[in-house]
Amino acid sequence: MTPSTEQRLWMYETMCVIRNFEDTLAIAYFEGKLPPKIQAKLAFDLGAGPIPGEMHLSAGQEAAAVGACAHLTREDSVWGTHRAHHFAIAKGVDLERMAAEIFGKVTGLGRGKGGHMHLFDTSAHFACSGIVGAGIPQAVGAALAYKKLGTGAVALAEFGEGASNQGSFHEALNMAGLWKLPCVFVCQDNNYGISVNKAASTSVESIAVRAAGYGMPGVRVLENDPDQVFSVVGEAVSRARAGQGPTLIEVKVDRLYGHFQGDPETYRPKGEVESLKKKDALKAYEARLRADGLLDDARMREIRERSQARVDGAIAFARKSDFPASEEAFCHVFVETTSA
Amino acid sequence: MSEVKIRKQAFFQAMVEGIQQEMERDSRVICMGEDVGKMGGVFQSTAGLYKRFPDRVIDTPISETGIMGAALGAATAGLRPVAELMFVDFMGVCFGQIMNEIGKATYMSGGAVKLPMVITASTGGGFSDAGQHSQSLHGLFAHVPGLKVVVPSNPHDAKGLMITAIRDDNPVVYLFHKAILGLPVMGYIDATIDDAVPAEPYAIPFGQARRVREGSDVTIVGLSQTVQKAAVAAQRLADAGISAEVIDPRTLVPLDVESIVRSVAKTGRLLVVDEDYLNFGMTGEIAAVIAERLDSVRLRAPIRRLGVPGVSIPYSPALEKVVIPQVDQIVAAATALMTSKLA
Repeated sequence: MTPSTEQRLWMYETMCVIRNFEDTLAIAYFEGKLPPKIQAKLAFDLGAGPIPGEMHLSAGQEAAAVGACAHLTREDSVWGTHRAHHFAIAKGVDLERMAAEIFGKVTGLGRGKGGHMHLFDTSAHFACSGIVGAGIPQAVGAALAYKKLGTGAVALAEFGEGASNQGSFHEALNMAGLWKLPCVFVCQDNNYGISVNKAASTSVESIAVRAAGYGMPGVRVLENDPDQVFSVVGEAVSRARAGQGPTLIEVKVDRLYGHFQGDPETYRPKGEVESLKKKDALKAYEARLRADGLLDDARMREIRERSQARVDGAIAFARKSDFPASEEAFCHVFVETTSA
Repeated sequence: MSEVKIRKQAFFQAMVEGIQQEMERDSRVICMGEDVGKMGGVFQSTAGLYKRFPDRVIDTPISETGIMGAALGAATAGLRPVAELMFVDFMGVCFGQIMNEIGKATYMSGGAVKLPMVITASTGGGFSDAGQHSQSLHGLFAHVPGLKVVVPSNPHDAKGLMITAIRDDNPVVYLFHKAILGLPVMGYIDATIDDAVPAEPYAIPFGQARRVREGSDVTIVGLSQTVQKAAVAAQRLADAGISAEVIDPRTLVPLDVESIVRSVAKTGRLLVVDEDYLNFGMTGEIAAVIAERLDSVRLRAPIRRLGVPGVSIPYSPALEKVVIPQVDQIVAAATALMTSKLA
């Protein structure tokens, strides 16, 4: 399955938005977190500044998100992780409300209660969790509902190679294979579960081979390339929609930032990030689109500027939004029952 | 008799020193968990140990159920594992192993199975990590039979209680609040607690509360970081003419009931401050202990409790500080107790 020109340009532009969003957050994140503006004796204050708490950025993983989400409709769902901005953006989560959530504002997706690891957009059918592997069985449940209700929708779980060592991964894949559910599992191998690399944590070299144990095809994409992801996920989504069951896809991606912002990354070989940046998937895709005659200087500038403007608009919206009032802390533990 | 060297150390250094000295003393002690090896723990909870004991400090996959189950198995087969969960919230992934296996094996075997193991995890919020990375949850472990629960508030206790935990032949859950570790990346409470750390190994017995500050008007019981908040509050209360006694139980299982009863019998007023959820937890347990002893304790005011009031920890700093008890609230609650009357 090959993407159309329109799809390729959409993937490129969405990659630009994701990268701009992450790079913009990377800078904003350090506002107010460094001396002398923080408590004495601290070198860095994780809880200070306009974006407090941990921040896990997805720069370098865009190809997996755009190649996958290019096949999804609004009604299909994505179940993500602590590092899920790329999939949220590619799935069409409202960028302003997402940014506002990250800034802890009442206009955010969760009215400031969730933060960046816990983004819920019910209209875009997107959710993510800060617990490794948690979203995988949840996608299976959504797929079960789609099958039982005959909606024709597909559920996609996106996670890292580290999550494939969680029990939830194995339990979920078994159920999905057993019940032939309309589910697609996209495992992004960025080679690190926090500090521990894949070889030190995983019994097999390829996660995709694990699919065999659960009666589904397993496909490995060795290039961090949206066109290849598009092709493989396209077939998986078609299979899922046709009632032929789930697929496990493993995609090689890069983690250009640390596990979290401020991570000293002493566990990485020297020069690794620099060499990853040299083969940056976004730049490589840009070059390919140029070579294929789909992009020229003017078009590229236009797309880049439009992407940055969207991100800047979302960040500005977040900054000027209000914090939730203190009473808000006690709301939404439960909802009113209306559908019984 | 050797001279006792007294040093100031950060909590995490004292805790690691406790583990290290036990690893030196007993070759059966191992550490296992996510990022505990080369990284030395996300919160430096095993800093430097991998370098000293490369074969006994094991980086695991992200597999909490596997870590806990394997720790149980290793404990039955001759090792004494210190198994880390990183964030206490992650016990949600593996609570089956903790509640139904680790907590019950000794009892269900009629005492035949010994599980000399320590489960360690960071707790606490205050830095906008939201609902899945900010909980305290010591009450959950204490609720389940078969687990000893240790929650130190300062470097001195951190070391001595870690040593006792490792030497114990039972499963011990040892929890450390992120913001009292002394890490240079987290805001902290500037409390003055006597917390010098002797260089030699020392074991602090479980079930012995510590009187952090002596007082006569009101007893404030805290745990972990709320001990530090209570100490700061007690100073402010003293400035306002209220004499607060601060008690740190240090271990929830076993709980030093007598020290709390003795203090409340003296002051007649009790405020329990916790960063765990308010409902069905430590604050209620301690209040109930006093209620059951009203035949010998004369209260002058109703018992007050502060805790996280039945909501998840919100992300936004505007909300997080509302639900996690702060020094101001402790001062206000203790002050209100002075004029509060029994019916």
